[in-house]
Amino acid sequence: MGIKIGNDKFFERVDKGINDKFMRKAVVEAQSRLEGRKTQTTEEMGNWEDWRDLSEEIRQHTLENLDYYLDQFVENVAKQGGHVFFAEDAAEANDYITSIVKKKEAKNIIKSKSMVTEEIGMNEALEELGCNVVESDLGEWILQLDDHDPPSHIVVPALHKNKEQIRDTFQEKRKYDKSSDPNELAQFARKELRKDFLSAEVGITGCNFAVAESGTVSLVTNEGNARMATTLPKTQITVMGMERIVPTWKELDILVSMLCRSAVGQKLTSYITGLTASKEEGDIDGPEEFHVVIVDNGRSKILGTKFQSALQCIRCAACINVCPVYRHVGGHSYGSIYPGPIGAVLTPLLEGYDDHKELPYASTLCAACTEACPVKIPLHELLVEHRKVIVEQSGKSSFGEKLAMKGYAFAASNPGVYKVGSSSAPSFISSVAKGKDGHGKGPGPVKMWTDIRDLPEPTGETFRKWYANREKERDQS
Amino acid sequence: MNVSLFLTCLADVVYPAAVGKSTVEILERLGCEVDFPKKQTCCGQPAFNSGFHRESRDVAKHMIKTFEEAEYVVSPSGSCVAMLKEYPHLFEDDTDWQDRAEELANKSFELTQFIVDVLKVEDVGAELNANVTYHTSCHMTRLLGVKEAPMKLLENVKGLHFTELPNKQQCCGFGGTFSVKMVPISEQMVNEKVQHIEETDADILIGSDLGCLMNIGGRIERQGKPVKVMHIAEVLNSRAEVKTWE
Repeated sequence: MGIKIGNDKFFERVDKGINDKFMRKAVVEAQSRLEGRKTQTTEEMGNWEDWRDLSEEIRQHTLENLDYYLDQFVENVAKQGGHVFFAEDAAEANDYITSIVKKKEAKNIIKSKSMVTEEIGMNEALEELGCNVVESDLGEWILQLDDHDPPSHIVVPALHKNKEQIRDTFQEKRKYDKSSDPNELAQFARKELRKDFLSAEVGITGCNFAVAESGTVSLVTNEGNARMATTLPKTQITVMGMERIVPTWKELDILVSMLCRSAVGQKLTSYITGLTASKEEGDIDGPEEFHVVIVDNGRSKILGTKFQSALQCIRCAACINVCPVYRHVGGHSYGSIYPGPIGAVLTPLLEGYDDHKELPYASTLCAACTEACPVKIPLHELLVEHRKVIVEQSGKSSFGEKLAMKGYAFAASNPGVYKVGSSSAPSFISSVAKGKDGHGKGPGPVKMWTDIRDLPEPTGETFRKWYANREKERDQS
Repeated sequence: MNVSLFLTCLADVVYPAAVGKSTVEILERLGCEVDFPKKQTCCGQPAFNSGFHRESRDVAKHMIKTFEEAEYVVSPSGSCVAMLKEYPHLFEDDTDWQDRAEELANKSFELTQFIVDVLKVEDVGAELNANVTYHTSCHMTRLLGVKEAPMKLLENVKGLHFTELPNKQQCCGFGGTFSVKMVPISEQMVNEKVQHIEETDADILIGSDLGCLMNIGGRIERQGKPVKVMHIAEVLNSRAEVKTWE
């Protein structure tokens, strides 16, 4: 799939999102449910701000010493018979993964949920080989059946679909003949997926955290699908972003707790899995062969820049669950598999501004995201940083905006100019104050403003006049 | 106590005298000497938030010079004061200006913050008989960290019947240039805000930032709804016989 989804332009996507009544209702409900549960479970923890500070510190420390911890992790995986491959980009990662699959002559692949495999378009690469790749996370499976509909949320990928739509997809694609009752739907998915778990030769997983001190890969799910995908197939391939490292189990404990609480408002999810090496003598299950693919794909370029904190992300989506923009436009409007505030920060970093130049502006900078982030990524500041790069380096800001901002700054740093401008404001404002919906008056931004809102009618004297009169009166008395 | 008023460009250029006048009168009643440095302009946030940081440095330098002599700088806007507090970050490569920026940042306060935290006053003797609700602006609460002060002051305004705004933490969709760059999204956001305001049955929406009030008020006007918007300074300056909003 890759990071970019669809070919519609930004405002076309936004328009579709805004007009998708069902999706919007689902998002509003999900935001309130997830945010409500998050608040409850984080308050239960006590000293939430201290936990955030600690988590930020863990993530920062790890990123600052990433080379060391990656080395340690790799050494520990290798020591226990696992294979590690560093992939500089998507192509290298896919080449390695397909080479293993070819070597195993595997036809059936079972996957547990993984954003990084979406990012590198791994499914497509394997399908090109003729493999049958099956997503086992329920949400991802639904999307896969529905002609590869892209995810609209990083934790709840099928958030934009309702149970009737899911029933229809099951009917059309899998001859499902029962109701839209979620229990019946889940039972059906369970039965269907069981066959795929049992027939898969290779299981592919993502990685929530990789523990450096033991070479362990940990996975967080509520459906147990990651355990099935890692115990039944003979070969396991874990694909991870290079920043998914924690130094020890102690930090894993803290970050898993922060992740579960922030993502879905659970103290722990139903299944937290730690997988170390392949099957050993005496083990009753587990893979015979274990591969870890560590993906860079643009991440190392972020290290050492003003955007480094974006790599602190633990993919909990707390920022998405409080974002007022996401709330109204939904995930697909971002045109990226990473939506919401973190998506607006990360996507241009990984894929450049060409296809994503609007994303940094798709925010009011209300900072709800920054406040929600369990690892304290200053998301709204990073969005401003993107805007700065767009203005100063990429040359992608419009001529009109450049002119407006330079004019503004000139006036705002020269009181004489400011005075001339501001004294003519009232008569200008009263000439454009009222428009009709969709029919604003005035030039450029003023028209955009009055397209949907009125301007305050300038009535009575200005403050400066009032103040000047008062001073005069005082001088006279 | 000597206070220099930073009026903000919206209160200066777009709105009539009421907000600035109320701010001056409240502070004077509380015993402050208030002056208005006439060379003041704008905090520079429009350029800063748009990524034009070189330009916002020029504006910041002008504002630092304008308020250099002030003992306290008080402003009827959480967002603009949050911007003044951002100034030191603009001069990371220039310690002289950074020190001067730091000095301005340290002596700058939003109006309600100044009254409650510096003057230690929670009852300004205001009276206003009305059903009201309050919009918590994002920059004031999240960037400046001022959450309680306006509430404490409003609690002591006689005659106010206060209903909390549902989803009060949610942005109104202003966001400076966002409001004109991302009109379709901004429209959805402000529509939701107006809907929540209506749910409170309030006659007046009070706020501490004119940006938000201009956005919400402008949408309310366009939709012809019977709700007025009022800056908190006007509310705190209301007396039994004077209703500034009429």
